[in-house]
Amino acid sequence: MKIIFIAWKNCWQKAGATTLTLLLLSFGVGIISMMLLLENQLSEKFNKNIKDIDFVLGAKGSPLQLILANVYHIDAPTGNIKVSEAQRIIKNPTVKEAIPLAYGDNYEGWRIVGTTPRYSEFYGVKLKEGKVFETPFEVTVGSYAAKELGLKLGQTFKSNHGLDKDGEEEEGHDQLFTVVGIYEASGTVIDRLILTPVESIWEVHDHGDHEESPHNAIVSAEEHDAEEHAHSDDEHDHDAEHEHDHEEDHDAEHTAEEAHDHEDDHMHEEEREVTAYLLIKRLPMAPMILPQLVKNTNMQLALPAIEINRLNENFGIGMSVVKAVAILIMIISFLSVFISLFNALRERQYELAILRTLGGRRIQLFILILLEGFFMVALGLIIGLALSRVGITMLSDMAKDSFHDEFNAMIFLPQEYYLVGITLGLGVVASLLPALRAFFMDISKTLSND
Amino acid sequence: MAIIQTSNLTYSFSKGPSLIFPSIQAEENSELLILGSSGTGKTTLLHLLAGLRKPTSGEVEVNGVKLSSLSGASLDRFRGKHIGVVFQTSHFVQSLSVIDNILLAPYFSNNKVSKFDAEKMLDRLNILSKKNKKTSTLSVGEQQRVAIARALLNNPSLILADEPTSALDDENAKEVLNLLREQTHALKAALLIVTHDNRLKDEVKQRIELTTSNR
Repeated sequence: MKIIFIAWKNCWQKAGATTLTLLLLSFGVGIISMMLLLENQLSEKFNKNIKDIDFVLGAKGSPLQLILANVYHIDAPTGNIKVSEAQRIIKNPTVKEAIPLAYGDNYEGWRIVGTTPRYSEFYGVKLKEGKVFETPFEVTVGSYAAKELGLKLGQTFKSNHGLDKDGEEEEGHDQLFTVVGIYEASGTVIDRLILTPVESIWEVHDHGDHEESPHNAIVSAEEHDAEEHAHSDDEHDHDAEHEHDHEEDHDAEHTAEEAHDHEDDHMHEEEREVTAYLLIKRLPMAPMILPQLVKNTNMQLALPAIEINRLNENFGIGMSVVKAVAILIMIISFLSVFISLFNALRERQYELAILRTLGGRRIQLFILILLEGFFMVALGLIIGLALSRVGITMLSDMAKDSFHDEFNAMIFLPQEYYLVGITLGLGVVASLLPALRAFFMDISKTLSND
Repeated sequence: MAIIQTSNLTYSFSKGPSLIFPSIQAEENSELLILGSSGTGKTTLLHLLAGLRKPTSGEVEVNGVKLSSLSGASLDRFRGKHIGVVFQTSHFVQSLSVIDNILLAPYFSNNKVSKFDAEKMLDRLNILSKKNKKTSTLSVGEQQRVAIARALLNNPSLILADEPTSALDDENAKEVLNLLREQTHALKAALLIVTHDNRLKDEVKQRIELTTSNR
């Protein structure tokens, strides 16, 4: 038999009386650990995806929305820009590289992005099987999207217009996309995208114009001219405005385009549009020069690093508040550990005096009480860490539904070692005073009080 | 050689009366009853004899060792090894079973006593069947037996009992006294009972009465 055994037994004996303490402690630890896990994984996701993207060139609107839509693929795009207009910027000598992104379609709610093979190369994503898309209507699918959609090499599918799985079949396009490759998992946005040449998106919508459905319209620059004011104000009405546009203003313009298209099999450069360009700068003065070029156009240049910092700051305030609350809960729980040990001491003073009579030394009683506090805190800690994993798993399921993204609940962060260390340390501190009281107890006086 | 011997033992409370105790001496296989009504310093005397409290003057010698020469941890150890104490109401570690509670005695005094020895002791006191029960589930009489088992497990040469019978009915009181005596003889120890329980008066020949005139 050991002191540790007695402490362990005592801890369970008191488990009923210390339920509240345990609850408080495990909630405090659970919330902090959950915040740490979330913060860590969010910033990792954000930073991994920013990579070396210096600017995003896109339609006017909220710069944050532009970044979220085109770097992280979680918000609606701000609109489209004309390829011809963008040339002035992307051909500027200060720009090293420009990767086009064209939105317009989805498959079962997973975004189809028209781009160049450089996009996946840029993120260093390797192929798992097949090849990278080359010609229009070939697609290479991100690992997570492929898994969730059950897409296999050689499989074909029809896309739906828009970014969300609206389920309105009549909005679908007739062209069949063919899966020619599947990427390896990389932890970047590529995992949840379906990539295809930009031309696919152009052709899908170009072709769509030949059909009767007035809904099948490309998101065009013309719209933006008409909508510029609305856009700058309320970006989230965007989709609704589209619908509006398609029905009312667009038909006439499209007829013109159509006629034009019939003359020439290919669209002219100036009519081609993309949603955004990801720019990588060549020269350090790019941030000074490029914004000048965007002036007086309906394009904007957003800096991912700055926008994400701003987002983190806002997000960080919320996180800090939650953390502060959790720390408060933990402080209360340590007080509770202290009080419960102290009260238990009064009830158990005879018990402790008897241990001394049996030959127990002061230091042994001291250690006994410390261990009891330690065990109580350790128990709360374990429950708390388990709770946070459960919480993250639930959040991950939610994220899976709304963003096609997930969080890993089964990791242990370095910061959590600190959390464990600090919690156990404070547990010992909280039990120090009761332990000292046991150490200095006058056994004769205690036993005389019978 | 006397197992316990005291000389000129006095104790003064910081606020209250000073107590002067008669000399006490007990040999192997002897029984001594220390009688006194409340306020005569019975419990104080027992604590002095057990080294739980330091006398103001005088000396307590157990097995030839002066308790005043020991201090702190060594006194705790010495007490654990040589002195078994049975208290009026038995206090136990609530979370532990009967057998674990009595094994606390050898554990804290660093004595080597096997679980088998502990079970033998419980058997001698007729409570072996309760060994895995929590002490709180036992009757008062059973609890007192466990307390005796715990006091005796280290084979002490001095057994001090503080009001061991006053919480018990006649039948149980008699049985507990008999158990204490039997075990004392089995261990060749000295038994000192401090009590105001007059039922014990006629049972023990050797006795000392404490009166308030000791003040």
